[in-house]
Amino acid sequence: MTASATDIIETPADTRKSGQFLYKASVVFLCAWVIVPLYFLLINTLSSPEAVNAFPKSFIPEFDLGSLAFFANFAGILTALKNSVLVAALTMVMSIAIGAPAGYALSRFEFPGKGLFRLLILLTRAFPLPLLALPLAVMFIRTGPDDTAFGLALVHTTLAIPFAVLITFSLFSGIPIELEEAAWTLGCTRFTAFTKVVFPLILPGITASAIFAFVISWNEVFAAAVLTIENRTLTAFLLQNLDTSPLHLKFAGGFILIVPALIFIFAVRKYLFAMWGIANR
Amino acid sequence: MAEIQIKNVAKRFGSYQALHDINLTIADQEFMVLLGASGCGKSTLLRIIAGLETATTGEVWIGGRRVDHLSPKDRGIAMVFQNYAVFPHLTVFENIGFGLRMQKLPDAEVRRRVERTAGLMHIDQLLKRYSGELSGGQRQRVAVARALAMEPDVILMDEPLSNLDALLRLEMRAELKGVLAESNTTAIYVTHDQVEAMSLADRISVMHEGRIVQAATPVEVYRNPAERFVAGFIGNPPMNFLPANRLEGGRWQVAGQTYNGPATANGAVEFAIRPEDITPSDSGLPAKVRLVEPLGAHLLVTCDVDGSMFRAILESDLNVKAGDMLALAPQTDRIRWFDPQTSLAVA
Amino acid sequence: MNPRFLPYLLILPVTLFLCLFFLYPFLLVAKQAFSTASGLSLENFREVTGYWKFPISMKNTLLLAAIVVPIQLALALLMATMVNRMQKGRDLILYIWTIPLGISDLAAGIIWLAIFEQSGFLNSMMNGLGVVDRPVNFLSYQHPMIVFVAIMLAEIWRATAIMLVILVAGIGLIPKEYYEAAEVFGASPWKRFLRITLPMLRPSLQTALVLRVILAFEIFAVVQALGGTLFPVLMGETYAYQFELLNGGAAAAMALIILGISIAFTLIIMRALRVPKGATI
Repeated sequence: MTASATDIIETPADTRKSGQFLYKASVVFLCAWVIVPLYFLLINTLSSPEAVNAFPKSFIPEFDLGSLAFFANFAGILTALKNSVLVAALTMVMSIAIGAPAGYALSRFEFPGKGLFRLLILLTRAFPLPLLALPLAVMFIRTGPDDTAFGLALVHTTLAIPFAVLITFSLFSGIPIELEEAAWTLGCTRFTAFTKVVFPLILPGITASAIFAFVISWNEVFAAAVLTIENRTLTAFLLQNLDTSPLHLKFAGGFILIVPALIFIFAVRKYLFAMWGIANR
Repeated sequence: MAEIQIKNVAKRFGSYQALHDINLTIADQEFMVLLGASGCGKSTLLRIIAGLETATTGEVWIGGRRVDHLSPKDRGIAMVFQNYAVFPHLTVFENIGFGLRMQKLPDAEVRRRVERTAGLMHIDQLLKRYSGELSGGQRQRVAVARALAMEPDVILMDEPLSNLDALLRLEMRAELKGVLAESNTTAIYVTHDQVEAMSLADRISVMHEGRIVQAATPVEVYRNPAERFVAGFIGNPPMNFLPANRLEGGRWQVAGQTYNGPATANGAVEFAIRPEDITPSDSGLPAKVRLVEPLGAHLLVTCDVDGSMFRAILESDLNVKAGDMLALAPQTDRIRWFDPQTSLAVA
Repeated sequence: MNPRFLPYLLILPVTLFLCLFFLYPFLLVAKQAFSTASGLSLENFREVTGYWKFPISMKNTLLLAAIVVPIQLALALLMATMVNRMQKGRDLILYIWTIPLGISDLAAGIIWLAIFEQSGFLNSMMNGLGVVDRPVNFLSYQHPMIVFVAIMLAEIWRATAIMLVILVAGIGLIPKEYYEAAEVFGASPWKRFLRITLPMLRPSLQTALVLRVILAFEIFAVVQALGGTLFPVLMGETYAYQFELLNGGAAAAMALIILGISIAFTLIIMRALRVPKGATI
């Protein structure tokens, strides 16, 4: 891989053509590298359970909904799916509601303790957070939200908050303060200037970071497995049944896990890079 | 009635003193320009008047009402920003009507006022556009229209023309002057461009290092600078300075020449003269020409007089070149004198 | 209200939230790890490190990180530079390459399971080519190397995207003038990459590496899906202590060990890639 990069870049003028070819071939190869495994999963998902367990495999899907039907009828799986959506939605709402004000404060004010606060946020991002699910399980049993969507959403929010703060920080920083000041001189309070000017401008970006929080929660496995017993999320359910469940259930489940992710990445693709660009610094 | 009074206003940012004890009264319907180099505190003062910044000490009064504890929306002001600050998510119409909507005026009144001010600023064709579809000059017009639509007692402008290119700036300057003269509002205008200040202002406040060094009409500031700083800042090129030694009877010796000067002053003063108030003659300040720059109508001649740099604007048909010796005679009624200790003008 | 308190009011929710769900559980984990029936001791650490699986799972985790992360870094850099010189199709290629960003480690494990399992696509392909006549059970104790390679490929496939996003964002922030200046001074494309892109990208490289290395030590679900107990890793052992052995103290001790390694590597990366003060863009 790296060797071919050197080749492309160092190609002298007379061999430019072969360099171009190598470059295009690499692009195609890397696209295939991402897409082909997904395609294999798609084949398995759109095949009957018998075909999934048969050998050798066909490389084109037979468009049979048998596996998906089996998945839908498997005991507990729809509840798990519902739980996943619920936890992810709660995480999305909480992380933005709690994180966005802090992102605003970081972008608009200089205040003593700002450096310390940023450090706390960055520290959170650098920790293997799912590990903290262990004591939280004990804490939740004592205080109530054990084995609930809300309890798990609290942990996922902790996971999503550093991203929410840093992303909203960079979004707010992209709105010139003059716009707010202009609104103040035109009869707005701090609050109405926010709702009438800043909020409409930032809405697409906020949506993107909310979706990002949703995906973080949707995909999280470890804390979900630790914190839920009866109310499994889809990831926790699949993990728990990995040894025992038939192949076609695993593949259909994997496919269902991936679909929202594909849509979400497509929805936020415009913001992905802007979000990281500034959050880095 | 919207007289503005600034009483003992000072501003610190941490250990940095941005404004020292500012006192200034701006009359109703006066056009006041705050002029100074960047970092002199002129924008800070404007923002304190607007309420976007709070003064560390001091009071701001607008129309006989103390406003320094009020938020910007309650001060009866409107403001035009350097970067225009046209809201990107609203049409030109909604931008101009933004403040009126905030006052919950009826639709018909909003429409009437938006259309009137848009007509005034010649942007009535653009009312349905968004700011992304406008040029810099058009955005500037929207920003001014938005402020005027408020029919404010006071309009504040923070370098509103500095992001425009030179020709457009000239055009907007003239237009702005006309529109504001008709609107009967008090205006405060911040700029670092002295030509802009001269052309627009009823009075100019020249600011330097957080102080107002002179507040007077443009002609007064130009002809009779109150401080050496003003003399060296205003005018392009600014005034020439030469050291003067006292002779008896109010006479002073400057580079070997003798001139009438202040009678009651200490041992030494500075002689000052504008480059355009100099003519070549048979007797005058002995000047060795260093550089000749033709400016079209005139020649800008940079010389060396008694070891100091000295510039003169002379008729363009004069035949001079570097290395020539000239005798330069100042127009005596235009000579000004400054005290080197206090930097103040002495008469 | 005094505007000086506004920023503190805005960061209050995040601070409270992180204290309750980040700092507090962290202290609980620490306490639990160091306490046994007989009081404060290192007994839990002695127990987990003395267990026969510990050295293996430690070796596996570190080895996996040591191989996967550099490959991902090289791949992400290559992809980022390729994207950077792309004119048409850039958005589409970027979308395809960032798809795995939204895919969870569990789903990625399942996708690669579809390829490596006994009736999977690799066997089908090899059968079709006549290399094998009966499907081979790759993911078994007889083929530890293949298990390792499968996990490695799944990790590279899944988690290169996050580095790519961070690096593309970072490259986007480097002003074009530097490249033009270097070109005028006669630097070849390869030299420009070495002398401009890489040094200027340091903050992004830092973020990308820290994030990836921490996540690499937390590897769990991919391994569970592909190797199960064949390939013990630290996080998997932690999970086993908590749920199969019901030994909370030992799980907490494992958690602290993972944390310790993460912090150590974070510090090393930050130090190695630190940006001199005043040398930022």
